[in-house]
Amino acid sequence: MEIDPFIFRLSIFILSIFIGYYVVWSVTPSLHTPLMSVTNAISSVIIVGAIIAGSSGDVENIFNTSSIFGFLAIFLAAINIFGGFLVTQRMLQMYKKNNKNK
Amino acid sequence: MSANLSAIFYLVSGVLFILALRGLSSPETSRQGNLFGILGMIIAITVTFVSIGNFSFGFIYVLIFLLVGGLVGTFIAYKIPMTAMPELVAGFHSFVGLAAVFVAISAFLSPQAFNLGSPGDIKLASLIEMSIGAVIGAITFSGSIIAFLKLRGIMSGSPITFKGQHYINLLLGLSILVLIFYLCKTQSDSTFWRIIGISFLLGILLIIPIGGADMPVVISMLNSYSGWAAAGIGFTLENSALIITGALVGSSGAILSYIMCKGMNRSFFNVIMGGFGGTDQTSPSKNKDQKPVKIGNAEDAAFLMKNASSVIIVPGYGMAVAQAQHALREMVDTLKKNGIKVSYAIHPVAGRMPGHMNVLLAEANVPYDEVFELEEINNDFANTDVAFVIGANDVTNPAAKTDPQSPIYGMPVLDVEKCKSVLFVKRSLSPGYAGVDNELFYRDNTLMLFADAKKMTEEIIKNFN
Repeated sequence: MEIDPFIFRLSIFILSIFIGYYVVWSVTPSLHTPLMSVTNAISSVIIVGAIIAGSSGDVENIFNTSSIFGFLAIFLAAINIFGGFLVTQRMLQMYKKNNKNK
Repeated sequence: MSANLSAIFYLVSGVLFILALRGLSSPETSRQGNLFGILGMIIAITVTFVSIGNFSFGFIYVLIFLLVGGLVGTFIAYKIPMTAMPELVAGFHSFVGLAAVFVAISAFLSPQAFNLGSPGDIKLASLIEMSIGAVIGAITFSGSIIAFLKLRGIMSGSPITFKGQHYINLLLGLSILVLIFYLCKTQSDSTFWRIIGISFLLGILLIIPIGGADMPVVISMLNSYSGWAAAGIGFTLENSALIITGALVGSSGAILSYIMCKGMNRSFFNVIMGGFGGTDQTSPSKNKDQKPVKIGNAEDAAFLMKNASSVIIVPGYGMAVAQAQHALREMVDTLKKNGIKVSYAIHPVAGRMPGHMNVLLAEANVPYDEVFELEEINNDFANTDVAFVIGANDVTNPAAKTDPQSPIYGMPVLDVEKCKSVLFVKRSLSPGYAGVDNELFYRDNTLMLFADAKKMTEEIIKNFN
């Protein structure tokens, strides 16, 4: 009997939860705020779905209900991607070590 | 591009996202990690464009919305003050949630674009997956909006509770499940809209009973939700980049929630049920007027610190509100010039989100190797001359160790009372968010400095000279 592809996706999902568990525990507490902003940015990879949705219209009807929702989702996700990564970068640049005084 | 090839690229971007989080294990590797994240995102978006292929006219609009969103995001990222990070993160969570809802709606209305069947005849598994994505996304959206309003101060931080609240939430949750079941049978549009509507309502009701001081948990929890919503959509779209990311973000938020709850010695369930803080503030504050308090001014504080050999700074939310971090750094610079050893002690739940204080201190150019977590520094208080508590309260309350009746009993606290003297910069004697009086205020070796944190710090600097 063939295995449903869903099972493979479920495997990826479960294993990724474990990876996330171990990776996040190793994040230093002082970087918890950048952790949140970067997770915001990467979860906006949902934009791939939004792009498919936005380009679902045809030549006569670019703006059907479904593609409009797609466009709006692209807009929101793009805010998050640019905003999330850039604000994370801005924060990380502020973390400096004390080399000179010691 | 073949489906297999694009799937491999999605996997690559998922791996890059893992590396992005891995980089955050130390500040040195974190910037590189962030670049991995950006690279992963570029790959995912490019692959999506290439695999769609025939864009016809829609393409230009996709690009326009992408660029406009990108500009708005860039603008926000550079304009936002660091003290507003909790609101910003809450706002971003709401966008992820709403985007998940929109993608789910789009997939429901034109499943053919996603290879999920045709309208009215969507594959059963996909239907369940997109409903889950939409429900969690909607809860994330409306919950984050409430969190945003509370953090921004537009809505009061005190918990809103009413009788039977939890039963109503339970009822709404159950009705969502029933409606999803019904949707699978009928595939009717109206049912789908109803599911989303109820989820929006549930998100609001879940967050309003939670008080301002519990916001670190709420933000972490919504972070987790936004991940699960993305994963739900990832299953619908059969996209491994989304599934991996969703799982990463979901577990990240869950771990942060756990750390925050532990920092307050409360169970996650207890926080979710809400109603903590801000309710019974009147009773403990009644008898405090009789107790004597030593009130000092900037001159006293400057004298004490100048004659100390070691000082530990304990920042809290009050420092963020007063934007006192830069003045504080200046003060510390002066102290260090006089050969005084200064370090910073950060409690896990100081501020309104995980790591909030660390970012503010980093912004003020405080080197991160002078900033310590609770476990690292707590033994040092006994050998320290002065503890300078600026805008923190509950996290220093010794009642958490000594008084089993106290609502914060068992919470890990910073042992500031072991210092030779304690300076408290505070606006008034009012209790903290937990609504508990702090016995530290009335001790002989405590000096209260009643003022705005920033003004007081500036005054102290003037008095050094």
